Amino acid sequence: MRTGVIAKKLGMTRFFDASGQHVPVTVLSLDGCQVTAQRTAERDGYVALQLGAGPKKAKNTSQAMRGHFAKALVEPKRVLQEFRVDPANLIEVGAEITADHYVEGQHVDIQGQTIGKGFQGAMKRWNFGGLRATHGVSVSHRSHGSTGQRQDPGKVFKGKKMAGHLGQETITTQNLQIVRVDVERGLIIVKGAVPGSEGSYVRIRDSLKKKAPEVVPTPGAFRAAGSSAPTQTEDAPSVEAEATGLGLGADEAPDAAADTSTGEQQ
Amino acid sequence: MNILQQLEREEADRLGALRGTPDFQAGDTVRVNVRIKEGERERVQAYEGVVIARAGHGVQENFTVRKISFGEGVERVFPVLSPMIESIEVKRRGVVRRAKLYYLRERRGKSARIAERQMGRAAKDESNAPSDNAQE
Repeated sequence: MRTGVIAKKLGMTRFFDASGQHVPVTVLSLDGCQVTAQRTAERDGYVALQLGAGPKKAKNTSQAMRGHFAKALVEPKRVLQEFRVDPANLIEVGAEITADHYVEGQHVDIQGQTIGKGFQGAMKRWNFGGLRATHGVSVSHRSHGSTGQRQDPGKVFKGKKMAGHLGQETITTQNLQIVRVDVERGLIIVKGAVPGSEGSYVRIRDSLKKKAPEVVPTPGAFRAAGSSAPTQTEDAPSVEAEATGLGLGADEAPDAAADTSTGEQQ
Repeated sequence: MNILQQLEREEADRLGALRGTPDFQAGDTVRVNVRIKEGERERVQAYEGVVIARAGHGVQENFTVRKISFGEGVERVFPVLSPMIESIEVKRRGVVRRAKLYYLRERRGKSARIAERQMGRAAKDESNAPSDNAQE
């Protein structure tokens, strides 16, 4: 399992694809997504990467967290999230994930917190039909109606769908397709809508249900700590790479002459 | 300019370079040549009518064309930059006093007519130039 990334939702727009069809897209920005810590089996009992994203002022960061970021040699981050990974897919601390971590056409799952709607009635919250407009209905046109039976069972069953708080919950939208990636600006553009308001942070992971194509970089596409040039463990993901059917395990890569960075990262 | 606006500008520039778009506004009569896919074959179908609205801007901009087809009013909305449009020809320019001509929906026949806009010779040549480019 590869690591996911943290991204900021910038908003939605539309593109036109090659056949002229219009495609609604959401633009997500990586916003300085860096590895801030590693969780290992020996020390923590599980294997994961801690990623941070978004700028945060040092003066607004607690002393304890400043120490944590100083240890990783990264700027203070607004959001910290952990991603479970396979031991082979750990990435060194300080590395900045780049947008080509994902390839065009790949499917991803995106998790975010939905927009809060406050206290809402059963019609909006559960798509109930409400009561009739006429035929003697008074005042309660948008009510949910009956909530149960008679003396037996004599109670309202738990989990009955009623009015209440709607939204502001964590939702994962599955199988969103990557339409475009922009490494220079750190943008990942997906087809369709993503939970959350503009400016909120979301988690992107490889799709659980749709297998990732062979060309996805493992353990990931990133710039190593302290360097500005992108260093990838694999060849740049492209259709050609898929056609040649290269073995893409990190261990097999060194025979590619251009791929000098692989050794450093291992 | 934020990143979203930048992306929209780039997309609009890319689509704008595919074909020219003539200058037209509400009240003009246009002929829109639409690409239609029938299985493998692709052909061009013309849709001619009065522009009753233009809305949005940049890559999001669209226009509504209304015509009377077999006695029934038909309206179609096209994105201005859509690659599905092969070309747009301006057939006639009209004099109107508002940007949205939704009042035409309640009218038929004589009362739904729009007076033709008279243009100077220079202005005429200029306005026809972009549509000529589109046909090339």
